[in-house]
Amino acid sequence: MPPLLELDRVTIRFGGLTAVSELTAHVGGHELVGLIGPNGAGKTTVFNLITGVYQPTSGDIRFAGESLVGRKPYQITGRNIARTFQNIRLFPSLSVFDNVRVAFHLHVKHDAVHSLTRFRAFHAEEKEIAAQTMELLDIFDLGKFRDEPAKSLPYGSQRRLEIVRALATKPKLLLLDEPAAGMNPTEKTELTKLIRFIKDKFQIAVLLVEHDMQVVMGICERIAVLDYGVKIAEGTPTEVRANPKVIEAYLGEEPTPG
Amino acid sequence: MLARSQYYLLAALAASFVASLFSGSFNSYFLDVAVTCGINITLAVSLNLINGYTGQFSLGHAGFMAIGAYSASLLTTNFGGKLLPLVGGQTWIFFPLALYAGGVVASVAGLLVGVPTLRLRGDYLAIVTLGFGEIIRVLLQNVDAVGGARGLIGIPDYTTLFWTFGLAAITVYTVWALVNSTYGRGFIAVSNDEIAAEAMGINTTRYKITAFVVGAFFAGLAGGIYAHFKQYIAPQGFGFDKSIEIVVMVILGGMGNNVGVIIAAILLTVLTETLRQFGDYRMILYSLLIIVLMIARPQGLFTWTGWKRKSA
Amino acid sequence: MSEFLQQLINGLSLGAIYALIALGYTMVYGVLRFINFAHSDVFMVGAFVGYYAIEKWHLPANSIGGGLLALAMAMAICAALGVLIERFAYRPLRGRSTLSVLITAIGVSLLLQNVAQNRQIGFGPNPKAFPNLFPYSNFHLGALTVSSNQVIVLIVTLVLLAALYFIVNHTRTGTAMRALSFNPTAASLVGINNDFIISFTFALGSSLAAAGGILYALNYPSIDPLMGTLPGLKAFVAAVLGGIGNLPGAAVGGVVLGLVETLVVACGGSTYRDAVAFGVLILILLVRPSGLLGKAEREKV
Repeated sequence: MPPLLELDRVTIRFGGLTAVSELTAHVGGHELVGLIGPNGAGKTTVFNLITGVYQPTSGDIRFAGESLVGRKPYQITGRNIARTFQNIRLFPSLSVFDNVRVAFHLHVKHDAVHSLTRFRAFHAEEKEIAAQTMELLDIFDLGKFRDEPAKSLPYGSQRRLEIVRALATKPKLLLLDEPAAGMNPTEKTELTKLIRFIKDKFQIAVLLVEHDMQVVMGICERIAVLDYGVKIAEGTPTEVRANPKVIEAYLGEEPTPG
Repeated sequence: MLARSQYYLLAALAASFVASLFSGSFNSYFLDVAVTCGINITLAVSLNLINGYTGQFSLGHAGFMAIGAYSASLLTTNFGGKLLPLVGGQTWIFFPLALYAGGVVASVAGLLVGVPTLRLRGDYLAIVTLGFGEIIRVLLQNVDAVGGARGLIGIPDYTTLFWTFGLAAITVYTVWALVNSTYGRGFIAVSNDEIAAEAMGINTTRYKITAFVVGAFFAGLAGGIYAHFKQYIAPQGFGFDKSIEIVVMVILGGMGNNVGVIIAAILLTVLTETLRQFGDYRMILYSLLIIVLMIARPQGLFTWTGWKRKSA
Repeated sequence: MSEFLQQLINGLSLGAIYALIALGYTMVYGVLRFINFAHSDVFMVGAFVGYYAIEKWHLPANSIGGGLLALAMAMAICAALGVLIERFAYRPLRGRSTLSVLITAIGVSLLLQNVAQNRQIGFGPNPKAFPNLFPYSNFHLGALTVSSNQVIVLIVTLVLLAALYFIVNHTRTGTAMRALSFNPTAASLVGINNDFIISFTFALGSSLAAAGGILYALNYPSIDPLMGTLPGLKAFVAAVLGGIGNLPGAAVGGVVLGLVETLVVACGGSTYRDAVAFGVLILILLVRPSGLLGKAEREKV
C-alpha cells in the first residue's frame, strides 16, 4: 500500500532558476503534514506542481499510486485533490451558495442538455446538491451569507468559504496554502481547530503550507522544511524545531509575528 | 410536467404567434423596427453567453451571423426549388430547417475559431475574433458563387414576427437555462477566475468552446432571419461595425445580465432609428454616446451592483 | 536575384512605416496595457494634415523644406490629438476593466473616422490625391529602381527611431516611461507623475503615427478617412509579432511584416495581401504569443 501522495525527486526550473530541486516527500492517507520554509523557498510551487498548474522538469508525482504528471488541473481535482490559494481566489461575482455549488460540478450528472430540458431528474439532482451545499455552509457557519456575493464577505469568512468550496469537490487530500495569512491571533487559534476538525470529520489528509510557525507546530503531525527549493529537514514538530539547519534557514529572517 | 421557465417560453412563443397574425395591421416602418429589435435581441443575448457569462471577449459575432445568413439563404434561394417540394411546399417547415442548417454551419465556425484561440485572453482574443470576422467578410466578397461583393439577392421573404420573436424567446430561454444550473454556474466561474475554476474540477476549455458554439449557433439563426427579412444580403452588412454594435448592446445592458441586454438591444435599435434624422451626424453622435456611456456607466446601464473585474 | 532585391527594398520601406505605427501601439500598451484602437485614425489624421499643409496652407510642394515642415506640423498636431484623446476618453477610465477601455477606444476610433468623413466639419468621404511633398525622382542602380520617396521613408524612419531610442534610454522622462511600464504603483511611489508620463507617451506615439501617415501617403498617394484601418491593423500585428510592449520588437516586427507582405505579393499572392497580416497574427499568437522579442508573462498563482 503506497502512501496517498508521493513526490519522487521532483524538480522544476524556470529558465535558469531551480525553484524546486529533487524533492522527495509523501503524505499518508489520513495525515496532517506541514510544509514550511522561508519566503521564496518554493512552497507554493510545490502546490502548483501537485495540482498541475506547473509540470515538473523531472521527477514524478503519484497519487494513490497513479502518476499525476501531464494531467490538467481540473483532471487532478477529479482525482480527489483540492486546494485553496495563498491570495484568496473565490468567484467574486457568484453568491456564497453558488461558489460552493459550482464546486460540486464533478459530481453532478446533468450537463448542458439537461439544463435545457429540465426534466424531473434534473430538478431532483439540483435539490440534492442544494441540500449538500447548505449542509456544508452550515457546518462552517456560512449559511447566513448564502445569497451574498462572495466578494462582500469579511476576510476571515472568505478564507473559510474557500476551504468549504474545496471540500465540496470531495477530496481525499486537501492542500491549504497559507490559510493563516492575514489573520489575528484569535482567528489563528480558531483556524487551527477548524483544520483539525476538517481532517477528522471528512476523514481526509491535509498538506499545509504555512508561514506561521505557531499554527504549523500546533497541528502538524509531520513537517517538511524547504529552503531554496531543497528539503533541508523533515520530522515531528519537536525534531524540526531542534534542527540546526532549520534554525539557520530562518535566521536573518524577521521572526514571524504571531 | 414543465418547469416554470418553460411555461414562460411557451407563453412568449404564443405571444409571438398572435402578434404575427396581426402583423398586417401594423405599418411597415413599425414592423421593420420591431423585426430589427428581435434580431438584435437574439444577437446580443447569444453574445452575452460568450462575452458576459463566460468572460471571453469576442469581436466577431457578425461573422457568425454572416455565415448563418449566407448558408440559410443559399438553401432557400438556390435550392428552394428542389427542397421545398420535399416538405410538401410548406414554408413553415422549410424555413426553420434552412435556418437551423445556417445555425449549424455557424456553430461549426464557432468551434473552428474557439478551439485554437481559447488560450488567448482579453485584448488578444478580441483581436483574433475581429480578424476572423474580417476574414469571413473578405472571403464572401471574393466568392462569386455567393454573389461576391454584390451580395445575394432574391431571398424569399419568409421572416415573420413569429419567427423573429420566437427565435429571440428561444435564445433567451437557452442562455438563461444553460447558466442557471449547477453545471451552468461553471460558465460564470470561468469568467470570474479561470485558475480557481480549474482547481474546482471545471474543464474551462470545454466551457469556453460550448459558449462559442452555442453563441455562434444563435447568431447564425439570427443571420438567417435577417436575410429572409431584408431579402438581400451583402458582405459589408456583416462587418466590424456590426460586431461592435452587438458588443455595445451587451456592455450597456450589463455583462451577464440578460434582462439588461434585452433592454439595451431594444433601446439601441430604436436609438439608431431616431438618429437617422441627423443624417451625416448620426454616426458621430453614436460614437460619442459609446464613449460617454463607457465613462459614465462601464458596468452597464442596468446593472446596479456591477461586478468588478480584474483589469489585466 | 535583382527582382528579389527590388522587393526587399519595397518591403523595407513598407515595413518601416508599419514599424512607426507599431511603436505607438506598443508604447501605449506598455504603460496602460490596452490596445489603442484609435491609433490607426491618428495615422489617418497625420496624412490629412500633410495634405492640408500643401493644398490649403500653401506650403511649397516638391521641396525638402516644405516637406519637412509639413511632417513636423503633422507630428505636432497629432501629438496634441493623442494627448487630448487620452485626457478626455481614456483617463476617466483608468483602473477600470480592459474591456471598457477597449470599447471606449473603438468609440474614439469611430468618432475620428466619422468626423473625418463629415463634409461640414471634417474632410469629407471622398479620396483625395496626396501632393508630392518632396522633390521626386527615381534612382537606378543596375536593374534596381529606388524612388526618392522610398529613400525618404527610410531616412525619416531611421532618424525618428534614433530620436526615440535617445528619449527612452537617455532622458529622465524616458526612464520614467520605462519605470511606469514596469510597475505603475512603484513608479508613482518614487515620485513619477504617472499622468504626465502617460500623456507624454501618447504624444510620442501619436507623432510617430503621424509621420507614418505622411510617409505612407507619399508612397500610396490617395488618402481618405478610412485609410488608417488596414495599415493600423497590420501595424498592430507587427507590434504583437515583435512582442507587445517591447519597443525594439515593434520596429523589428514592422520590418518583418512589411517584407513578408511584399514577398507574398511578389510571389503572385496579391489578392491575399491583406490576409497575410491576419495569418501572421494567428500563427504568432498560437506558436509564440509573447512575440519574437517579448518575454512570457506567467500569471502568479
